[in-house]
Amino acid sequence: MSNAATTTGRAPSVYVPSAEALATVLAPGARPPRPSALSASLTFGWRALLKIKHVPEQLFDVTAFPIIMVLMFTYLFGGALADSPRDYLQFFLPGIMVTSVVMITMYTGVGLNTDIEKGVFDRFRTLPVWRPAALVGMIFGDVLRYVLAALVILGVGLALGFRPDGGLLGVLAGIGLLVVFSFAFSWVWTFFGLILRSEKSVMGVSMMVLFPLTFLSNVFVDPGTMPGWLQAFVKANPITHLVAAVRATMAGSSDPTKTMWLLLWSAGFVVVFGTLTMYRYNRR
Amino acid sequence: MSKRTTGLAVEADGLTRSFGETRALDGLDLQVPAGTVYGLLGPNGAGKTTAVRVLATLLRPDGGRARVFGHDVVAEADAVRGRVSLTGQYASVDEDLTGVENLVLLGRLLGLAKPAARQRAESLLAAFGLTDAAGRQVKKYSGGMRRRIDIAASILSTPDLLFLDEPTTGLDPRSRNQVWEIVRAVVAHGTTVLLTTQYLDEADQLAGRIAVVDHGRVIAEGTPGELKSSVGSGTVHLRLRDPGRRPEAEKVLQAALGVPVQLEADPVALTARVRGDGSDLDASEQAARALGELARAGIVVDDFSLGQPSLDEVFLALTDHPAVEADERDDQLEAAR
Repeated sequence: MSNAATTTGRAPSVYVPSAEALATVLAPGARPPRPSALSASLTFGWRALLKIKHVPEQLFDVTAFPIIMVLMFTYLFGGALADSPRDYLQFFLPGIMVTSVVMITMYTGVGLNTDIEKGVFDRFRTLPVWRPAALVGMIFGDVLRYVLAALVILGVGLALGFRPDGGLLGVLAGIGLLVVFSFAFSWVWTFFGLILRSEKSVMGVSMMVLFPLTFLSNVFVDPGTMPGWLQAFVKANPITHLVAAVRATMAGSSDPTKTMWLLLWSAGFVVVFGTLTMYRYNRR
Repeated sequence: MSKRTTGLAVEADGLTRSFGETRALDGLDLQVPAGTVYGLLGPNGAGKTTAVRVLATLLRPDGGRARVFGHDVVAEADAVRGRVSLTGQYASVDEDLTGVENLVLLGRLLGLAKPAARQRAESLLAAFGLTDAAGRQVKKYSGGMRRRIDIAASILSTPDLLFLDEPTTGLDPRSRNQVWEIVRAVVAHGTTVLLTTQYLDEADQLAGRIAVVDHGRVIAEGTPGELKSSVGSGTVHLRLRDPGRRPEAEKVLQAALGVPVQLEADPVALTARVRGDGSDLDASEQAARALGELARAGIVVDDFSLGQPSLDEVFLALTDHPAVEADERDDQLEAAR
């Protein structure tokens, strides 16, 4: 181990522990009351923000990746599936926004998997705070990334000619639905992040789930042309409900049935995978 | 304070825990008196870290039970968490965050309001000599600084029981001494410290009592003096002025001590293990006699020391196997985690 001098690059005064100084900081104040579940979760969310501040490169996947997705598919399919890329975009933008953001949710699992291998989680798990707070806070941080990705896509879409009938309110409400679903869906990845051994296997599993889930949906084309068995899958796919709900909201109408399904799916993900996640987290 | 310094801080009864085929804990019993430094001494893979993780509520035991200040570590984990903190073997702070951010984060999690957390962080950083490094990411800290921020984080809300898992492994001697001073201050304040270490001299310096752990169980327990005398040997190190006299010195020593003498790589150095019957005096008497014999033979000794038995010697005496053999076991444990 190097000493302080080589690490800091300036001559440090050697630290001599002083019994008096230590005694002052050891003097027990009254123990503050435990923070509430929300306050603890927000504090962990603050940690996620600090990590973004210190490692801003991690925002690459919520900025560059979505831009590439929009450009690629708009020009790849636009001419073939609609009269022009611009026409296709009116249909396609809400879908590609959902696809990109839902794909980004997998980084929650990858991040947790690498984070939890470090000693700091040992400390978090020995704190007398609401148990899920560390994970909820982590996902709060990710929600910020989802919002960012959605806004980037919206910006690219607007630049390419996306003109939603729902106006600003409709678009924001659509993004709101997407973020609610993504928050809930993230719990799938926290669970996989905990049970799988390596970052790579988390990635692998995520891709295996996300590709069929996003492509076998109504994101790219109208499911009407698909074979019956595939239509059945597409109909049951939560991504289909999400895209339908977001599309309707951004178009200024609303799809109450799909929105209800979407919220049910979201609640289901939190209940089932949130419980599984906490079970694994506590038993690690 | 009086509440904290009486009775037992830790009582463990027959703790077991396996990782796959490996039994990391195999019936571990432990009684740690409150208000003291208690050392868990053993080689890598002996089960020390697993024991600490069970007691700190991070791992559930497969069998047996453990209480911390009377609270069961499984059934009343939350009550235990309110009274302990852990400084793990690897940094238990967030390396991406700065020193001050780490402490404010933990202060907030312990229920301090933002200004109070900030104030607490600053006074801790000052007491631990880290004020200059407060705004730097912990991953840029030196080993010694990392240990200090780690311990500072552990005493943010002064715990009744502090676990220190190999706090000085990998540190240079100066940083190690700093950690020792901090541990002494912490225990003087009334906090019980459960310390794991591979070094007998560290346990000796700090701990009031020591449990020697091997293969997941306690194989010896007592004060440092009791343990050392149970081994009953030390090592004499000699350096001669004239390398030419070494063969002669070897013979004299062998005759005086009645044990084999080792010739070191350094052409003027010799070492020999001194057998004793248990008392330190006995070993030093023998060593003194040997010195006298050398003087009588006209061999000039420049440097002489009588060392304590090393962990290796304690281990050999207690288990008939050397302390370092657990590398594969350790790897298995790491993989199982």
